[in-house]
Amino acid sequence: IFEYNGSAVVAMVGKNCFAIASDRRLGVQLQTVATDFQRVFEIHPKLYIGLSGLASDAQTLYQRLVFKHKLYQLREERDMKPETFASLVSAMLYEKRFGPYFCQPIIAGLGQDDVPFICTMDCIGAKELAKDFVVSGTASESLYGACESMYKPNMEPDELFETISQALLSSVDRDCLSGWGGYVLVVTPTEVTERVLKGRMD
Amino acid sequence: MAGSMEIPAKGGFNFDLCRRNAMLEKNGLKMPGFRKTGTTIVGLVFRDGVVLGADTRATEGPIVADKNCEKIHFMAPNIYCCGAGTAADTEAVTDMVSSQLQLHRYATSRESRVVTALTLLKTHLFNYQGHVSAALVLGGVDVTGPHLHTVYPHGSTDTLPFATMGSGSLAAMSVFESRYKEGLTRGEGIQLVADAICAGIFNDLGSGSNVDVCVITKGKTEYLRTHQEPNPRTYASSKGFSFAKGHTEVLSTKIRQLKLKPEVTEGDAMEEE
Repeated sequence: IFEYNGSAVVAMVGKNCFAIASDRRLGVQLQTVATDFQRVFEIHPKLYIGLSGLASDAQTLYQRLVFKHKLYQLREERDMKPETFASLVSAMLYEKRFGPYFCQPIIAGLGQDDVPFICTMDCIGAKELAKDFVVSGTASESLYGACESMYKPNMEPDELFETISQALLSSVDRDCLSGWGGYVLVVTPTEVTERVLKGRMD
Repeated sequence: MAGSMEIPAKGGFNFDLCRRNAMLEKNGLKMPGFRKTGTTIVGLVFRDGVVLGADTRATEGPIVADKNCEKIHFMAPNIYCCGAGTAADTEAVTDMVSSQLQLHRYATSRESRVVTALTLLKTHLFNYQGHVSAALVLGGVDVTGPHLHTVYPHGSTDTLPFATMGSGSLAAMSVFESRYKEGLTRGEGIQLVADAICAGIFNDLGSGSNVDVCVITKGKTEYLRTHQEPNPRTYASSKGFSFAKGHTEVLSTKIRQLKLKPEVTEGDAMEEE
């Protein structure tokens, strides 16, 4: 069922920054329905979540998470730390252990002292923290390979952008269900850069 | 969803999506695979306490999802638990029992006992009849001495001087069966555990990467994360890939400056009248 809509999401850590990228295709099995579908959502300016898998579950999950985060902001008068948010997502997914959401989230954010944090989980909330990169979606196998070879630690934001874009574009080229462009977000402590990539439209 | 959207959670599992998922499955869509830990986990009792060991590979089908995950979970300062099976289940079950043990410690003002953790785990797993797929090796030292137990997903338990679980358990058990003896010293115990995990890493495809060891003795616990790294990465090219700036074709760019949020400082508390 993860192959119903098709998706590719990847996040990488650089030097005091992180980048999260996704493809833009929305399909119904082999037919493409949209080429501007948003998979990476903002929770607050320093915390982003990318949701791959079934598109309707991705949007429902995003709406529920934004709801919970807004309540948290009202109660605590501050934004949620990425580690806390990851635990929240994990608990929400595990609650549905025997009837899960068909979604694999990637969470990326700048935590305390702007230290970048990324993590991914499977559809029932098994958290996997990583120090270098995380991938999810139908193109995940190619993404693992591309990121494994292209990643270098401590990259500056510009180099990080190039690396994550190349990894994403080359991996989705090997996956029929994802692609049709790319969307990359690079976040540093002072600014957020969103770029739309030109990719193969097939 | 029927009724109010967000009733405060009562805890436990929520079965709202089960009917929809069953309908989707009937229409031919495959259930997703869960991340398993495909593991080698071991424990043994030595002269002064317990040594637990685990590999660090998490698999998602045939792909390695995490090359360095932590499988030795904290339960209490004197009790640790290794988990094999579905990763989400082992993490959730050990976190839940760890919280229950802490509440119990607050209520009784005593150090937790290993049998308490054991009973909490086995009742939870038995209640779900094996659907919560967590196979655990639980070890610790309490006032009654060192203890080592295994817990199976259906809720049965064993109390043993040495134990292995996971896909690599046969490889590790062969090492234990040939070399275990009563009254091992700390160094010998750690070496034996590391050798057993290495046997699992090299001979079982579901286990790999590094060896984590945890030594629990009366009053002291040492968690040796990445005690051994028998598989260093050999293929990284020294130059690495480098892409020149502007290499990727970009259709549009939008840059947003992050405003610093105004700090909320504590004012004086209002006077109670």
